[in-house]
Amino acid sequence: MGETLLRYRDDEASTAPAVSFGAFADAGNAAAVRMEPGDDARALLPHLAQLARIDIAFPSFGDGRGYSAARILREHGYAGELRAVGDVLIDQLSHMRRCGFDAFAPDRPISADAAAKAFATWPEVYQKTVDGRAPIWALRHSETDHD
Amino acid sequence: MYQYDHYDQAMVDARVEEFRGQVARRLSGELTEDQFKPLRLKNGLYLQLHAYMLRVAIPYGTLSSRQMRMLGDIADKYDRGYGHFTTRQNLQYNWIKLEQTPDILADLATVEMHAIQTSGNCIRNISSDQYAGAAADELVDPRPYAELLRQWSSFHPEFDYLPRKFKFAVIASDTDRAAMRLHDIGIQIVANKAGEIGAKFHVGGGMGRTPMIAPVIRDFVPALQMISYAEACLRVYNRYGRRDNKYKARIKILVHEIGADEYRRQVEEEFAHILPLGLEPPAAELARIKSFFADPGFETGLPETIDRSDPDFALWLDQNTVAHKQPGYAVVTISLKPAGGIPGDASADQMRLMADLAHDLSLDELRVTHTQNIVLPHVKKADLYPLWQKLDAAGLGTANLDLISDIIACPGLDYCSLANARSIPLAQKISARFADMDRQRDLGELKVKISGCINACGHHHAGHIGILGVDRKGTENYQLSFGGSEAADTSLAQITGPGFSEDGVIDALEKATEIYLAQRGDGERFLDTYRRIGMAPFKEAIYG
Repeated sequence: MGETLLRYRDDEASTAPAVSFGAFADAGNAAAVRMEPGDDARALLPHLAQLARIDIAFPSFGDGRGYSAARILREHGYAGELRAVGDVLIDQLSHMRRCGFDAFAPDRPISADAAAKAFATWPEVYQKTVDGRAPIWALRHSETDHD
Repeated sequence: MYQYDHYDQAMVDARVEEFRGQVARRLSGELTEDQFKPLRLKNGLYLQLHAYMLRVAIPYGTLSSRQMRMLGDIADKYDRGYGHFTTRQNLQYNWIKLEQTPDILADLATVEMHAIQTSGNCIRNISSDQYAGAAADELVDPRPYAELLRQWSSFHPEFDYLPRKFKFAVIASDTDRAAMRLHDIGIQIVANKAGEIGAKFHVGGGMGRTPMIAPVIRDFVPALQMISYAEACLRVYNRYGRRDNKYKARIKILVHEIGADEYRRQVEEEFAHILPLGLEPPAAELARIKSFFADPGFETGLPETIDRSDPDFALWLDQNTVAHKQPGYAVVTISLKPAGGIPGDASADQMRLMADLAHDLSLDELRVTHTQNIVLPHVKKADLYPLWQKLDAAGLGTANLDLISDIIACPGLDYCSLANARSIPLAQKISARFADMDRQRDLGELKVKISGCINACGHHHAGHIGILGVDRKGTENYQLSFGGSEAADTSLAQITGPGFSEDGVIDALEKATEIYLAQRGDGERFLDTYRRIGMAPFKEAIYG
């Protein structure tokens, strides 16, 4: 079940097996790691350069810790693939993308068309996050910024 | 008041279309009820005992006459001709059909309203002081800060699946009229010694089964760092709030378990990381929002004198109006608590009438109070008498603000699937028992608050007299408590002892008022006397 992968990156997908968060410290130079909701994303900060992929697990869509983990990793400059794995539903895709996820491996397959529609839900956004979109407050004052 | 620009309107319109799609997927069976539930809750749609309930957001409790009129029209068109104003300054419709909800939301969007995040484990509607912009005692109008928070919290991508619901209140006066410290985050807008405006953050308050008064986490956050600080507070909670037990998932439990000092340390660490990221809207945005809350063209040179020759009017005037910051004006509270009535309910006709009166006599503004009444914030003193006549003729002239019959009650077992006991009939019986207005005035300020279950939507922990309905071996039972307050002297009520039947709790409450009358000192309210003499004399009278 659920072997579909939605990926929004230009580079080649890493096929490295993801080591568990607990085993990562002993795994030497592993290129992929899998985090569970309770794992502290900041423990990975010294190792971001070696990581091509971080899987963040969503055992249940209602557990939102992975959103914070993703943002923290991006805010600290992580540029590799950030993959949401597990109970990832179409109605969460847009928010996940805003928090820095750029790949999704949902348990229940989501079509690329349906995902594209989900990403287009919001014409603009109110918050500045790590996705590079200009928030509404910036758009409102873009003229004055050029003064 | 705030007006949407095309950005705000587009966000609300997009939400209507998204929800229309979600409802269609539910009706077609593509979504299971389990999958649909969190989606509908994010749009304020609950499944209650008998029907769907839709909770409409009223940001910081402020409404224009056009919006209030629409609320009345929706009550007629899609519900049974009435609505219920809630303790979080929102409005609930109790008899809604799922397939009609997208159309209701579309109607609301035409008057810059929505039901976004009025439920679910996300940041809920921001509440505020119902006298904002009119109160003589406020530092500044708190609503621009509430609006800034509203926009920041709307569809916040990181905080849509928090451990539990999250409620902000924002005030800007030392007189707390919004139960500020009983919120997940309570912000008081303050000035520092240099005269700069900022936000005092209280975090970890709440009612529910474990009531807590929020401790101060930061005395002063500069106004242009408030969003970043809120972001830090929420991120610590999202990461470390308990998710193993929904009854221990509110932020108050996290703050209590790790302690305010440790929570503060974590927030400050996160804040130091977040501040340089530039997430904060600029000064120009706060200024833009503030411009909508500029004084609404008050007239000057108005007469101060009021003709008090009609005695019924004079009683209402004394009870239901307070001083306005602008000479010649008064702040009016319209009671939604007639004797024997359902607290907070208003008919569609009453909503339209209040809309018309606001349009003609209150510079087009209304407010909803957390005590489930309606405020006309800007009424000329010269207009008070004709206003009262019209209110009185429509059953809206009850002169009982903060008296024993001005009861907060949750929907209770008449509507709510969580309730253990009925709240509304009890409130009706109490207001009928004390229908004699002379007796009510003699008892003075006495805030009675009734919850039909431990979730405390009726704020019973904060009642001078609080009543909690519980289920005892299949029958409704009511626990009585005294000494709570949601005002600046915030305190939590203490239970008197064993519970009562519905009639029994009214008898006990009445005995308590007799103890108060016998023991009160000069100028003492019920709450003051209770605080002075303690529980024992009351207990003796009730159980002795």
